[in-house]
Amino acid sequence: MEMKKVIDEGKTRVKKPRKKRWSKDDTELFLLSLPTLLWFLIFSYLPMFGVIIAFKVYKLSPGGHGFIYNLLHSEWAGIGNFKYFFTSNSFSMLLRNTILYNIAFIIISASVAVGGALMLSSMRNKKGSKVYQTMMFLPYFMSWVVISYFVYALLTPERGYINGIITAMGGERIMWYQESKYWPFILVFLNTWKGMGYGMVLYLASITGIDPSLYEAAVMDGATKSQQARHITLPAIKPVFIMMLILDCGKIFNSDFGLFYQVTGQLPASLYTTASTFDTYIYNAIQSSAPIGQTAAASFFQAICSCATILLANWIVSKIDNENRII
Amino acid sequence: MSKKDKSGQSLNQIKTSTNIVFNLVFLILAIMCVIPLLFVFSISITDEEVLRINGYQLFPQVMSASAYEFLWNERMTILRAAFMSVAVTVIGTIISIALNTSMGYVVSRRTFKLKQLYTWLLFIPMVFNGGMLASYVVVNNILKLNNNIWALILPLACSAFSVTICRTFFRTTVPDSIIESAKIDGAGQFRIWSQIVLPISKPVMATIGMFAAFGYWNDWFQASLYIQDSKLQTLQSLLNQMQKNIEYIANNPYGGLSMQEYKLSMPTESVRMAIAIVIIVPIACTYPFFQKYFISGLTIGSVKE
Repeated sequence: MEMKKVIDEGKTRVKKPRKKRWSKDDTELFLLSLPTLLWFLIFSYLPMFGVIIAFKVYKLSPGGHGFIYNLLHSEWAGIGNFKYFFTSNSFSMLLRNTILYNIAFIIISASVAVGGALMLSSMRNKKGSKVYQTMMFLPYFMSWVVISYFVYALLTPERGYINGIITAMGGERIMWYQESKYWPFILVFLNTWKGMGYGMVLYLASITGIDPSLYEAAVMDGATKSQQARHITLPAIKPVFIMMLILDCGKIFNSDFGLFYQVTGQLPASLYTTASTFDTYIYNAIQSSAPIGQTAAASFFQAICSCATILLANWIVSKIDNENRII
Repeated sequence: MSKKDKSGQSLNQIKTSTNIVFNLVFLILAIMCVIPLLFVFSISITDEEVLRINGYQLFPQVMSASAYEFLWNERMTILRAAFMSVAVTVIGTIISIALNTSMGYVVSRRTFKLKQLYTWLLFIPMVFNGGMLASYVVVNNILKLNNNIWALILPLACSAFSVTICRTFFRTTVPDSIIESAKIDGAGQFRIWSQIVLPISKPVMATIGMFAAFGYWNDWFQASLYIQDSKLQTLQSLLNQMQKNIEYIANNPYGGLSMQEYKLSMPTESVRMAIAIVIIVPIACTYPFFQKYFISGLTIGSVKE
C-alpha cells in the first residue's frame, strides 16, 4: 500500500510538465563545479557543524577512534560551555575591546578614505596623484608579521627610533610594550595606516566613474567645489559607502588577529586587557590546553553575533534606503 | 574642442593654493606609508656594534653587510623557507584560480538546473561561518593536515567573494553566443570553460590570481596554527618564529635551550630585519604593476545583480 502510493506519486511527478529536464549540459556543469563544491562543503559547511562541539564535553574515548566518533560519544554539556564563557572575567573585557576598536576603526577609516578620495580626485596633477596612490597602497600588501617588525623598529625601548628621538630631545624613554595607555592610539593608527590606500582607491574608482557632464552643469549653475562634492560626488559614492559599512558591521565581532596579537608582540600581560579581542582569546585557547568545548562556545558566540549584525545592518539599510541593501 | 575642455577644466579646478596643500598632505601620507621600509632596511645594513651603542639610526654610521652574509651562510634555512613560500604561493594560486573560475563559470550559466541551490550555497558562507575553532578542528582533527603543506594551501584556496567576482565578470563580458556556438560544434562544458572562456577572461584571472598570490605569500596565520615542523616553515613563519623565540628567551633566559640552540634561535636584529627585507622586496617590486587588477577586482566585486 505504502509502496504503491510512493510509486504513484513518482509517476505523477514525472508526468507533470517541467520547465526543463536535467540535461547532459547540467551533468557537465555539475562535474565542473564538483571540486569547488567539495571545497565549500569541507571548508565552509563542515565547520558549521562544529557548533556541536560547543554543546559537548569533548573526551577521548578508548580505542583510538577518530575525532567525529569521539565527539559524538562525548557527553552533552547543555549550555555549560557558554555559561562558563559568559561568566568568565574576560568576557566583558573582550566584548568591550572588540566592539569599541571596531567602531573606532570603521569611523576613522571611512572618513579618511572618503576624504582622501575627494582630495585625490580634485588634485590637478594626475601623475602625482597616481604616485601617491601607489605609495599609500604599499602597507595593504604587508603582512602583520612584517608590520610588527616595523613597529618594533620604532618602539623597542632600548634602540627604537622613537625613543631615540625622545632621548635626543632630552625626554625620558618610554617602555612602549609595557604601557597600555598608548596602545589604543597605536592600534587605531596602524589600522588606518594599513587600510588607507585601499579605501581611498576604492572610493576614487567610483568617483572617476561619475559622468563629467554633471559637474559641467553644476559649474554652469555656479556651484562651488564644495557644493559639487556635497551634491554630486557624495551621493554618487553612497552605494559603495553603504556596502562597505554593512560589510564592516558584519565584522564588528571579529578582529584583525595579526594587528592585536603580532603587533603587540604576542600580546604580553601588560597589554592583555587593552588589546585582547575575541580572536586573540580563541587563538590563545587553541594554543593552550583549554577544554575544546569552552573554546568552541566562544568561537560560536562570535560567529552568531557576526551573522546577526550583518543581517541587522542590512535590514536597517533596507528600511531607510531599500536600493542600497546588499542582500 | 580641446580649448573648450580646457576652459571648462580651469573653471572647475581647485585653487593653486588648495592644490599645493593637498599635495603636501598626500606627500606626507605617502612617505609615512613607505618610510618604515627604509627604517628596516637601514637597520639591516647597520653594524651590530653600532646598533648596540647608538640604537637604530636612519643613516647608519658604520655600514655592514654582515646580516646579509649571515643569511648567505644560513642559506639552507633561508632558501628552504623561500622555496616553501614560493611553492605554497604558486600551487595555491593555480588551485585558487581553477576553483574560483570553474565555480564562477558554472553559476554564471543561466540555464544551469542547480543555479538557485548554488546561489544559496555561496551566499550562506558570506554571512555565517563556523568560527576559528571549528575551522581549526576540521583541518587539524578531521582532515589531519597538521604539518602538511596542504594545510597552508587548501583553507585559503577559495572564497564566496572571489567566486562572485568571477561570476559577475563572466556574465558581463563573455557573450552567450560564443558559448552557444561552441556547444553546437559539440564542445563539452569543460572544454568551453578551459579553452574558450578562460582565454578571454585574463583580467579576472589576474585579479583572482593576485588576491590569492598576495594572500599566500603573506600568510603566517595558517602556518602558526598548523605547522610545527621547521622544515616546512615559510619565510613569514620563520620571521614569526624568530620573534616568538626572542620573546620566549626574554621571559625564560636560557630556559630549556642549549647554547647552540640559543645562538641559532636568536639571530641579531640586523639579521631579522634583513629577512623582513627578503619578504618585502618581491611584494614591493611587483604590486605597482598588479595594483590595477586589485582595483578592478574591487569594483567588479561591488557590482551587485
